[in-house]
Amino acid sequence: MDLPTVWFLLIAALFTGYFILEGFDFGVGILLPVLGRDDRERRVLINTIGPVWDGNEVWLITAVGGLFAAFPGWYATLLSGFYLPLLLILLALIFRGVAFEYRHKRADAAWKARWDAAIFLGSLLPAVLWGIVVANLLRGVPLAADHDYAGGLLDLLSPYALLGGATTAALFVTHGAVFLALKTTGEVRDRAGRLAARSALATALLAGTFLAITLTIRHTPAAVGLAAGAAVALVGALAATRVRREGWAFVGTAAAIGLTVATLFAALFPNVLPSTTDPAGTLTVANAASGAYSLKVMTWVAVVFAPLVLAYQGWTYWVFRKRIGVANIPG
Amino acid sequence: MDALDVARWQFGVTTVYHFLFVPLTIGLSVLVAVLQTRWHRTGDPRYLRLTKFYGKLFLINFAMGVVTGIVQEFQFGMNWSDYSRFVGDVFGAPLAIEALLAFFLESTFLGLWIFGWDRLPRRVHLATIWAAALGSTLSAYFILAANSWMQNPVGYRIDPDTGRAELTDIVAVLTNKVTLVTFPHTLAGCFLVAGALMVSIALWHLRRPAEDPAEKKTSPDTTSPESTSPESTRAGEDRAAFRFAARFGAWVTLAAAVAVVISGDQQGKIMTEVQPMKMAAAEALYTTEAPASFSVLTVGSLDGSRELFAIKVPYLLSILGTGDPNGQVRGINDLQAQYVSQYGPGGYTPIIPVTYWSFRFMIGFGLAAAAVALWVLWAQRRGRTPTSRWLFRAGLVMPVLPLAANCFGWIFTEMGRQPWVVFGEMLTRDGVSRSVSLPEVLTSFTAFTLVYATLAVVEVRLLLRYAKAGLPDVEPAPEPDPGTDDENRPLAFAY
Repeated sequence: MDLPTVWFLLIAALFTGYFILEGFDFGVGILLPVLGRDDRERRVLINTIGPVWDGNEVWLITAVGGLFAAFPGWYATLLSGFYLPLLLILLALIFRGVAFEYRHKRADAAWKARWDAAIFLGSLLPAVLWGIVVANLLRGVPLAADHDYAGGLLDLLSPYALLGGATTAALFVTHGAVFLALKTTGEVRDRAGRLAARSALATALLAGTFLAITLTIRHTPAAVGLAAGAAVALVGALAATRVRREGWAFVGTAAAIGLTVATLFAALFPNVLPSTTDPAGTLTVANAASGAYSLKVMTWVAVVFAPLVLAYQGWTYWVFRKRIGVANIPG
Repeated sequence: MDALDVARWQFGVTTVYHFLFVPLTIGLSVLVAVLQTRWHRTGDPRYLRLTKFYGKLFLINFAMGVVTGIVQEFQFGMNWSDYSRFVGDVFGAPLAIEALLAFFLESTFLGLWIFGWDRLPRRVHLATIWAAALGSTLSAYFILAANSWMQNPVGYRIDPDTGRAELTDIVAVLTNKVTLVTFPHTLAGCFLVAGALMVSIALWHLRRPAEDPAEKKTSPDTTSPESTSPESTRAGEDRAAFRFAARFGAWVTLAAAVAVVISGDQQGKIMTEVQPMKMAAAEALYTTEAPASFSVLTVGSLDGSRELFAIKVPYLLSILGTGDPNGQVRGINDLQAQYVSQYGPGGYTPIIPVTYWSFRFMIGFGLAAAAVALWVLWAQRRGRTPTSRWLFRAGLVMPVLPLAANCFGWIFTEMGRQPWVVFGEMLTRDGVSRSVSLPEVLTSFTAFTLVYATLAVVEVRLLLRYAKAGLPDVEPAPEPDPGTDDENRPLAFAY
């Protein structure tokens, strides 16, 4: 396997990791007003992700940094072409990140309500917009021969892309609900479990449709296999939420998200951003990649440090493994 | 006004804004780690209270640093896509390494530090803040390596087929001589801010004369708890803690100032060597001089090309630039002519009033911070408590001074590189995203400006609120004991 392909796989792995990890913390943010009926309950919800959300977000920073280093052409076209959706994602992440830290800094109810709104919208917007972005990535966008984006904002809002947005949002909501059922006690846990069972059904239908359409647009044998895996994971997650097997349900939703994202990348390969207009504009693994030396250096860095990062990030989840409930929230 | 101008303004505004938070994150993380280490070593609750107090301010600031940092990483691709295509191979590598090596370390261990007071053994918990501080410091190194490559590109070649820069030597990029002098300079600048903030808040809490008469005579350590009420004991303890913080912060500020001067001096020499135009622009030196003098201030025509009045220090610019009082410093006109013959027709001179004044403001504000730190140390000599009202007033503005110095430093070094985005290789105007329209970039610039301004107000108010609240009461969290753990025990810390 040549180095650009290795890096295509690494980038795909980083985005997959990002969507699995930040997926549940986006879900928790979206469910904040739904499952948290009073301030104490909302604090329970927020504290399930409190110690880990920032580390989860670094997966995005690393994925985008890796994209910049390994595929400058892809990075440049994607980020400048998807300008307004990405701007909205950035603004959402700004408010959301600040909200986690600032919400509890004052007792006043209006202050908390504002930050709750920031957490909700700051989680919902990226959850939808990332789906729109990856769907467009797969379907392709109008690109000129010099690889610059040649479409407008409306080109990004096709029905397929909107379905992609609905799919990621639904996946993250279910994933978040399952995570909450796994990490909380008492009433919040019950409510999260019930909601997960209901939303898992809607999610399975949405994601199934989305994957089926995806494979009609573009498919490779690997993509078909991964999509089948995603379907199994969705059904498994659905069954597990029905019988309240919280751990298995989480494994199911995590696998469903991971395999859905993997399907998209597998269907895309060896392109990285297809052009729907001028075929010369299509970006591929070959024409968007950095030089061999650069990729070799980065591969060594990844080989040495990625296991270390995985180890200590895994350890964090172990340290904060205990469930929390309203009784654990200090006055 | 076109999309290029707005993209430039947006980059400038978002970058300078981001760098208001970065130095505090880097500097204060280490200072908080030092305080916690002292508590760990001595068991004195005073240091634990200081750790928690400054730790809270650190976190309020950290949140802003993180979220504004994400914008930076996206902005290269969003607004400077031709730049990104050209340099990604070289410039992207340190950025990706920064994320993998530094940001994961910083964010993961900070999460452990914030929430881990009652979950981790004390020694491990102490290690988490040091790991987070190491992460922040490493991130500075890699991002400065990336920036230094734009100032002095090394370890690359231009691919003749694609016209793109290609990495040939990562060691050369990471040991770029500009990186090696910029890193200590920037790091010292971070400690200048963190130290100043620590002093400033401590002074604010010391501004009223002690209610406890015992303190005035000597020091509060002689106050016997039996003879005073619990309230005044508490007040005495707070004052003792803040006197320590003021002294500690002032020493940090002063040491940082010395480091800033030494590293800045070395930077000046490297700059004269690799970017002579920037040095000439720092002084608005139009004609080559040997020896060259340094002007403290100049009143001149608006474009800075004619001077009407100036205060000059002879030989100083030669010393700054070359280390030799009679050394030759090349002038703008000379260099402009050289660059035209080298790179073709065009203007290769930065905006002189901007570089001239930002260079002076950088030095001036930095020295002012050091002066206040010296004053604080003098006022606290041999256990005294500061009483001068003027000192307390100076203390209030103290954190703003190094913040301003840092901002002007960045404005100087980035504006001084213009019109280049990568010196000698790519002009800034050629790096902009051609597919991003003026309405789009206006939208983002307006959005960032409004959001950043709003959050600045929120952040500063919150900082003031917590700074004024004073030291928290603390009970050291019990060591975790899985055997007797109560499921319903409230968390030591929760959002």
